[in-house]
Amino acid sequence: MRYALLIDFGSTFTKVTAVDLISEEIVGTASAFTTVDSDIGTGLNVALDRLRRVTGDIAFEFKSACSSAAGGLRMMVSGLVPELTAEAARLAALGAGARITRLFTHELTRRDLIAIEADPPDIFLMTGGTDGGNRACMEKNAEKLRSLSVRFPIILAGNRQAIDACEDALADFPVTVCPNVMPSFGVLNIEPVQREIRDLFLKHIVNARGLSKTKEILSDILMPTPSAILSAMKLLADGTEKETGIGELMGIDVGGATTDVYTIARGEPVDMNVICKGLDEPYAKRTVEGDIGMRYSVAGIVSEVGQSWISERSGLTADDCATYISELSDDKSKVPLTHDDALARFDHALASGAVEIATRRHAGVLEEAFTTSGLIYVQTGKDLRSVRQIIFTGGSFIHAQSPLDIARHALYTERYPMSLRPKQATVLRDDRYILSAMGVLAEREKDIALRIIKRELVPLGDISLGDDS
Amino acid sequence: MRGRRSEKMEQGNGKKLVIGVIGADVHAVGIRILEYAFREAGFDVTNLGVMVSQEEFIGAALETAADAIVISSLYGHGELDCRGMRDKMDEAGLDGLLLYVGGNIVVGKQDFVDVEKRFHEMGFDRVFPPGTPPEETIYYLKKDLGVD
Ligand code: B12
Repeated sequence: MRYALLIDFGSTFTKVTAVDLISEEIVGTASAFTTVDSDIGTGLNVALDRLRRVTGDIAFEFKSACSSAAGGLRMMVSGLVPELTAEAARLAALGAGARITRLFTHELTRRDLIAIEADPPDIFLMTGGTDGGNRACMEKNAEKLRSLSVRFPIILAGNRQAIDACEDALADFPVTVCPNVMPSFGVLNIEPVQREIRDLFLKHIVNARGLSKTKEILSDILMPTPSAILSAMKLLADGTEKETGIGELMGIDVGGATTDVYTIARGEPVDMNVICKGLDEPYAKRTVEGDIGMRYSVAGIVSEVGQSWISERSGLTADDCATYISELSDDKSKVPLTHDDALARFDHALASGAVEIATRRHAGVLEEAFTTSGLIYVQTGKDLRSVRQIIFTGGSFIHAQSPLDIARHALYTERYPMSLRPKQATVLRDDRYILSAMGVLAEREKDIALRIIKRELVPLGDISLGDDS
Repeated sequence: MRGRRSEKMEQGNGKKLVIGVIGADVHAVGIRILEYAFREAGFDVTNLGVMVSQEEFIGAALETAADAIVISSLYGHGELDCRGMRDKMDEAGLDGLLLYVGGNIVVGKQDFVDVEKRFHEMGFDRVFPPGTPPEETIYYLKKDLGVD
């Protein structure tokens, strides 16, 4: 008998998953409510009691966890040019599972410093300049951070010629140095920073978040939850030496406050007449839309797609929509009672809007340019048109009545022909929320985790371009 | 995307150039030749390739702390594409940065004295007529940047 226990400390729920490592099956899952202030261990114990009712008393070979509790891993990032080093820093932090509370470009201002002091981050990632390039940005920012009355871990990952001066200025901060996120123009190098973020998460953040209290029952707390999900998606796409993956994919998690989109795809141009611009794209990419979510960010969805879009897709009148928008802003815990009640239809339209906007922001775009040799296109971001699999995870999708109709909004459409989204796809759904747990399990048992993911994801059907959207 | 910097910086003269073909211009050959020639002459070159916007030149010059921006334009729309470049550089804090332009910067056979004057007024430090060999540009770059 070999069992593993996987724990996901969330901001509102603690979820536990028990895996039989011999039969490679999930033998039970359970969850319990955790309030922000209550000891995180209490929620865990309740969840474990519930799990025991399903599995009986079993001994675990190891217990590992991921966490997004207490606001997740909160990071601030700084860079020089918004589309260059600041963007590289943003991609690095998001891919490491962080929530970016602030992004700074060019030199920090007094107002920026006040904001940092008022709500200091768990980690500050400072970048700017290519190697041998601009030094002033990093050096001046380091000098400014030194004047703060708060201290937090800082990662220096910009122009290597600026590092010495920054280290001197920041002598009484916990500072680590990483290779430049953009060593030369347009070249992205974010993996070393991502490894460092994870190390810092283990060393500092876990203690700060009250998670250390759970240490005696845990073997380890491995990573922030989004990073566990990204790593599960990557495992699923790429496979292992023994077990094949399913190839390039897109993952979508529509949450209450934010919508996350993941792609494991190269996204390189397919046509001869395409020229690429901008920063390199990470193969495993995560974007987070902070203004797009089903409860806390309803307003963001509505302001992007428009109220008539929502009312058209929900079949509700404009007045009814307006009522729900204001009701949801007062009571975030409202949920549909039945599949066909008005709120369920409203939620359907909201989720469709969230998927539509978040995927459009994640995917690359083309711009046209006319030449005698014909039409030429300039591509920024990833070309995802040939990605053939979309994975949905997260509550709003799991409870949806017509998930494929929502999923269609992730596809390429003639209405936005320049947005390079998948042209057709098989839709898979993470019905039992196992992706984060499997991302954690993969740290020790890659093959088992992959086989479980492949078995657990439920194929809902195929969707393709022109199915109507 | 994907301008690559020179690997042989050790023997370099320490001066950094950002080069590229501005606007919707796709003439890709000349800029490769310039990249090669500038590198051979000891410059650290970031070549942005073709179809480069003013903003891309500026972003690259900021991040790399470039000593000069060298703009190529071959398809005849150079004047339109270059308009406002100097103002934008001033806005971005690159005031005073050396700025060159060359290639076939205007349509047809115009009197180059006029052309040069117009580009000087637009804030370009040096303006090169069609067919200028790389050696001449290198000579002026070294002179203006105080190399050897
Ligand atoms: C090949 C070519 C094309 C190819 C380009 C393929 C590619 N992707 O590279 C295609 C077919 C796509 C093309 C299209 C067009 N082309 Co064309 N093309 C040429 C051609 C025949 C050769 C260009 C070349 O590669 N030369 C070889 C390289 C090594 O030389 P170079 O580019 O001139 O660069 C050197 C110098 O100019 C100089 N230099 C360049 N930049 C700079 C910058 C500085 C600061 C300095 C100092 C020096 C410098 O140094 C370089 C190295 O020695 C020229 C004619 C010619 N013989 O030059 C026309 C030419 C450049 N094209 C021309 C035109 C008009 C066009 C089109 C507008 C045609 C149309 N009507 O649609 C389109 C524009 C497309 C676009 N959006 O850019 C005209 C430009 C006229 C003008 N400016 O007044 C030319 C001169 C032909 C002509 N005589 O009419 N073209």
